[in-house]
Amino acid sequence: MNKYAIPTLKEEIEDATVDAVLSLDVDKYKYGFESHFETDKAPKGLSEDTVRFISAKKGEPEWMLAWRLDAYRRWLTLTEPTWAKVHYPPIDYQDMYYYAAPKSAQKPKSLDEVDPALLEMYEKLGVPLKERELLAGVEQPRVAVDAVIDSVSVATTFRAELNKQGIIFCSIAEAIREYPELVRQYLGTVVPVSDNFYATLNSAVFTDGSFCYIPKGVRCPMELSTYFRINEAKTGQFERTLLIADEGSYVSYLEGCTAPSRAENQLHAAVVELVALKDAEIKYSTVQNWFPGDKDGKGGVYNFVTKRGDCRGENSKISWTQVETGSAITWKYPSCILRGDNSRGEFYSIAISNGYQQVDSGTKMIHLGKNTSSRIISKGIAAGFSDNTYRGQVSAHARATNARNFTQCDSLLIGDKCGAHTVPYIESRNASAVFEHEATTSKISDDQMFYCQQRGLSEEEAVALIVNGFVRDVLQHLPMEFMVETQKLISISLEGSVG
Amino acid sequence: MTTTPMLEIRNLHARIEDREILKGVNLIVPKGEVHAIMGRNGSGKSTLSYVLAGREDYEVTEGEVLLDGVNILEMEPAERAVAGLFLAFQYPIEIPGVATMTFLKAALNAQRKGRGEAEISTPDFMRAVKTAGEKLNVDSDMLKRALNVGFSGGEKKRAEILQMALLAPKMCVLDETDSGLDIDALKVVSEGVNALRGPDRAMLVITHYQRLLDHIVPDVVHVFSDGRVVESGPKELALELEAKGYAGFDGEKAA
Repeated sequence: MNKYAIPTLKEEIEDATVDAVLSLDVDKYKYGFESHFETDKAPKGLSEDTVRFISAKKGEPEWMLAWRLDAYRRWLTLTEPTWAKVHYPPIDYQDMYYYAAPKSAQKPKSLDEVDPALLEMYEKLGVPLKERELLAGVEQPRVAVDAVIDSVSVATTFRAELNKQGIIFCSIAEAIREYPELVRQYLGTVVPVSDNFYATLNSAVFTDGSFCYIPKGVRCPMELSTYFRINEAKTGQFERTLLIADEGSYVSYLEGCTAPSRAENQLHAAVVELVALKDAEIKYSTVQNWFPGDKDGKGGVYNFVTKRGDCRGENSKISWTQVETGSAITWKYPSCILRGDNSRGEFYSIAISNGYQQVDSGTKMIHLGKNTSSRIISKGIAAGFSDNTYRGQVSAHARATNARNFTQCDSLLIGDKCGAHTVPYIESRNASAVFEHEATTSKISDDQMFYCQQRGLSEEEAVALIVNGFVRDVLQHLPMEFMVETQKLISISLEGSVG
Repeated sequence: MTTTPMLEIRNLHARIEDREILKGVNLIVPKGEVHAIMGRNGSGKSTLSYVLAGREDYEVTEGEVLLDGVNILEMEPAERAVAGLFLAFQYPIEIPGVATMTFLKAALNAQRKGRGEAEISTPDFMRAVKTAGEKLNVDSDMLKRALNVGFSGGEKKRAEILQMALLAPKMCVLDETDSGLDIDALKVVSEGVNALRGPDRAMLVITHYQRLLDHIVPDVVHVFSDGRVVESGPKELALELEAKGYAGFDGEKAA
């Protein structure tokens, strides 16, 4: 237990249920291709040696290695959660590679030096590096992209400009080398090493990820963005993100993901930790579009992610916005610990499942401080044979006087073979707390479909339009860069869901 | 004067599940004309509008429907819309979260795409909506609201006619457009409809009250009973119907 652990309540979301993927039938994945560039792999399997190999590869200091080894030893004592009604084949943790990095030792100084295969891959994804705009002298929109390909940051942009403000935005590996005091101060204080099986595994073997520090009183002048990709077959992706907003600062961070097709299942167990100090605000947005599996039931990402933000100071605010359309299995609960008085947590979510995807996602709002407030808006859309569960916890501790929460969970069903479930846990130990929970479940009606079609929209266009309307409350909270992409993604994700 | 048919319905039979509702409808609406269909509740008027638009709950068992000379019965609803058929709904459907403006643009572009035309530019679209909206008292506030969600009866019908104006169909079918309207709203809607009358467009106005026909004056009135047209005549037929009631026409048919 570290000093930031939650005093009385045990983390309950590990009780999350993730359903099985028996046979996957989604062949609509548009991003099924694999780029070929050389990689440098650790030997297969997980052992102390693997952990040492990774740490050495990263040129880490001794304390970091010790931290990892501690996590590894704790992990050995943990068992993979089995309480879930899951039927996915057992994961052989010894049959995976824990390190794969593009070989180029030198970081490219310009786009010309970036591997053309890499650029081509981004091209196909429709997420060109915004660097081009910079090179072309484009002022707006300014998005700094720390591009993560197979666990190593290949291109980092806007560095100089951010540096001017004292903002640190780099890979976690670099942060460990360059800013060890900051990393040591915060790493593992929001998601403790032994938080849960996957987070502990991540702590032992994380290979890269992003680090961001916003100094006191600084308003980050651009949206920070990372595009995650998983590209090497049979490589587990263990990203580690640590984001600290110092007193009175503000930052908006975007994380977007797509992955190419492959035969093996891919385990993704990331950890994201956010710390907001007094009067600071963090806005964290995610678009997740990992490979959901092919029609023969092969592949598909298992996404077991631990994301948590700590509103550590008074009047701090953390806002999570997520769009989840991919992965075979999603197990993800971006949460807020409302520790500082008057702090605020928000969670806006769109989770779309189609084919045989299983989504179990939601949030936890843990009210510790006085006058803390939180807001949850969750929109789940289930199509095909998928199951879509919202699982959330709202709790007020004894000292959380005047805690407020508003929760709205809406589910939309498309077709009659899918399922939507809402599992809210509400716990109050303070009589002054006011928690509200609203939930609806609806279907796209035949009347709506006919009406739209009578106006000339095809079935798929009609579904996309209706679904976009359904998620509008959440869509509005996305940064502009993501809104258009998300609307496209919704259409792609729901292709084949009707008729 | 030539009378090229815009809509030609020949011996149309349709059923829902095992119940036959249309029992041999014959009807021709020439280009440039407005025809009214009157009939009591349950006579099959609304079913006719749904069958024309291609709602899949109904099974056509016999007959033909030609739109501007083309048989549309094999077409999907969206294809019929692209071909120029528009149905103004008796009960317009709510589309939560989709701004009326967004819906209009999606519909217009879907139809343009269906005809192989380029998407309309945003300035052109805005101009078109503004022009059409002014005539129907549709302000920008209403255009920002989700389509039909929380709309009053009058707003819903004005939104229907606004769509009709923008999509510029060849053949308009108006199903009970007067229902839920007070007299002021009825005037606005009727004026909107009348403004869309033209030599290259035909309309079929379905109603069971004569009062709508005081505002949208038809060229021909058809009396609908038990799944077919039993009588056709000039607009005065509507008045006769109002005076005698539908019973008289049912009787003639039964005889």
